[in-house]
Amino acid sequence: MSTYQARGRAGWSRRAFGAALLAGGLAVSMPASAVTEIQWWHSMTGANNDRIVSFAERFNKAQSDYKVVPVYKGSYPESMTAAIAAYRAGNAPHIVQVFEIGTATMMAARGAIVPVEKLMKDAGEKFDRSAYVPAVAGYYTTRRGEMLSFPFNSSTTVFFYNKDVLAKAGVAAPPQTWSEVVAAAAKIKASGASACPYTTSWPSWVHMESFSAWHNTLLASEDNGFGGPGARLLVTTPLFERHFGNLARWAKDGLFVYAGRTTEGDAKFFSGECAMFTGSSAVYGNVKRNAKFAFGISKLPYYSDVPGAPQNTIIGGASLWVMGGKKAAEYKGVAKLFTFLSSPEIQAEWHQATGYLPLTIAAYELTKKSGFYEKNPGTDVAVQQMIVKTTDKSRGIRLGNMAQIRDIVHEEMETMLAGKEDARSALANIKRRGDEQLARFQRTARE
Amino acid sequence: MFFYWPAAEALFQSVFIQDPFGASREFVGLENFRELFGDPLYLDSFRITAVFSVAVTAIGLALSLALAYFADRAIRGALLFRTLLIVPYAVAPAIAGVLWMFLFNPTLGIVAHWLGAMGVAWNHVLDGTQAMILVVVAAVWKQISYNFVFFLAGLQSIPKSLIEAAAIDGAGAWRTFRSVIFPLLSPTTFFLLVINVVYAFIETFAIIDAATGGGPAKATEVLVYKVYNDGFKGLDIGSSAAQSVVLIVILLVLTFVQFRYVERRVRY
Repeated sequence: MSTYQARGRAGWSRRAFGAALLAGGLAVSMPASAVTEIQWWHSMTGANNDRIVSFAERFNKAQSDYKVVPVYKGSYPESMTAAIAAYRAGNAPHIVQVFEIGTATMMAARGAIVPVEKLMKDAGEKFDRSAYVPAVAGYYTTRRGEMLSFPFNSSTTVFFYNKDVLAKAGVAAPPQTWSEVVAAAAKIKASGASACPYTTSWPSWVHMESFSAWHNTLLASEDNGFGGPGARLLVTTPLFERHFGNLARWAKDGLFVYAGRTTEGDAKFFSGECAMFTGSSAVYGNVKRNAKFAFGISKLPYYSDVPGAPQNTIIGGASLWVMGGKKAAEYKGVAKLFTFLSSPEIQAEWHQATGYLPLTIAAYELTKKSGFYEKNPGTDVAVQQMIVKTTDKSRGIRLGNMAQIRDIVHEEMETMLAGKEDARSALANIKRRGDEQLARFQRTARE
Repeated sequence: MFFYWPAAEALFQSVFIQDPFGASREFVGLENFRELFGDPLYLDSFRITAVFSVAVTAIGLALSLALAYFADRAIRGALLFRTLLIVPYAVAPAIAGVLWMFLFNPTLGIVAHWLGAMGVAWNHVLDGTQAMILVVVAAVWKQISYNFVFFLAGLQSIPKSLIEAAAIDGAGAWRTFRSVIFPLLSPTTFFLLVINVVYAFIETFAIIDAATGGGPAKATEVLVYKVYNDGFKGLDIGSSAAQSVVLIVILLVLTFVQFRYVERRVRY
């Protein structure tokens, strides 16, 4: 479900890219009528798709001026590329769902997009910045505080553990810090409770992006890119070296098993193979459905001697961007839709049904009052991690060519874990190669 | 039209650095190319592509020829064999990649389990050589049916009288194959060689994407996968276009070489 499925890799050719361009052209050229139609391109599948369709239906039924048409456009990279191609052909949809690593690209394309906050104000809709969960909305907000896109579905990195295995290995309390994780891992390994004490999904997201914010340190200069496109990586630091060095050592000792670059770790955990796991909070539903053991969720581990830790973690998922070049009446409809989507009832429903983070504090309070967290222990851990005031270092990551940078992080991590380089040279390579990508991005990005 | 237009477009895009929306675009001349060829990792991608393409083509052709040879000689169950061998062609490349990834999955995969029992620690998630073996196996498997059909047709068009004549002359099965059948099959083999090289170069990215994603490190990142990844996932159109141009040039040269030198040895 949710984040990781829609993030799934997709086999697409350049030919299909062209087809998307054509399809984009066809989809929007509908006959004019009294009802203003609003195209909403998204990447949600299964139950999440059903929920979107249901939201659209309810919105359409509640008023008669606008008709929202949700269109599934394939995986995240697919719908983003399709929207860009459609924009270049002059046929962009009104709303497109873009995954978090596409944020800097969308933001740099001023003119191609309309900031959500401006949209709401122009349309005369009520908009209160302080209503939103800071670490969620902050990711999509400029340094001056203007919210650019609508944070529709967000998850964050949390820690899952197999209670049965921990008990068998004699670990009394679930580990909170990395030193407790490795101590528990050693016990699990030594007792033979599991051959795979710890694994992870999304290594870059967990061990670089969230890791830096959680320790209230910068991943890149210019406040992680929020200050401007001149950002460069700041990963050759003692803290990163310590963590990468630890990962390499734990892997060598068989305490940490590298699963892969995306969601491969999920199945290793819920199949019972690995005892402890870091990954997206949105995996909850899958774990609950598949795990044949008692499991628990707790906050992402950290190094307790680092001042400022734990701060908040980094979100993943996607937000809704409003494309430029549309009529004022259409934007009014989009604004009304966003007002509808951010109402506490809808937000609470979305949060409880999908496992994504609530967008507003009111939705969190409503969910808490309903007793949902007591009935589903652990579902509030992700919210607890996020519901703090963010700092300039922890607001989010706004780096261009982020897809390439993640690849680079994973490549160097794999080289390191295969024993072909040490932590220091892995981080030096990440910095050198990542900075090349950032410099390249900077040349076409305007603030 | 269907070749020249995209090729010209790629050539045009390759001299710019631009944002994905085309809002700001900077003419950079050959800088995209200079950057590529100044990158040791890109140059290494040529080596990986060569290893991958040679392995896929050679193993694919040899295996399907052997299968076709035996299917041609099979008396009972020939139809069943043929049908079963053609099935993989109907499987989408991405599915093929996922299928093999599951078979070789270090913890769940049955093949990985057998290998473990034989004393081979299989972990293609971190072992580059094993990852390469995995994508070669998946790519060969996907293409075998196509080759098989052509080889089988080629074999069936060889007059029985020639083979009988060879038998009367006292030639064994291997000798008959080498001196009579293989030369008569050479047009088919040549055609398949060209097709398979193009296949390995161009059409395998979906398999690689599903099976390894180019990793671990860059162990299975062939040229076409990098084009796809940088252009489609990374939205770096300039660099991706420059890489496409490089790929087109390589393919033109390879095809030229094949027609110029290999075809001489083909007897129609």
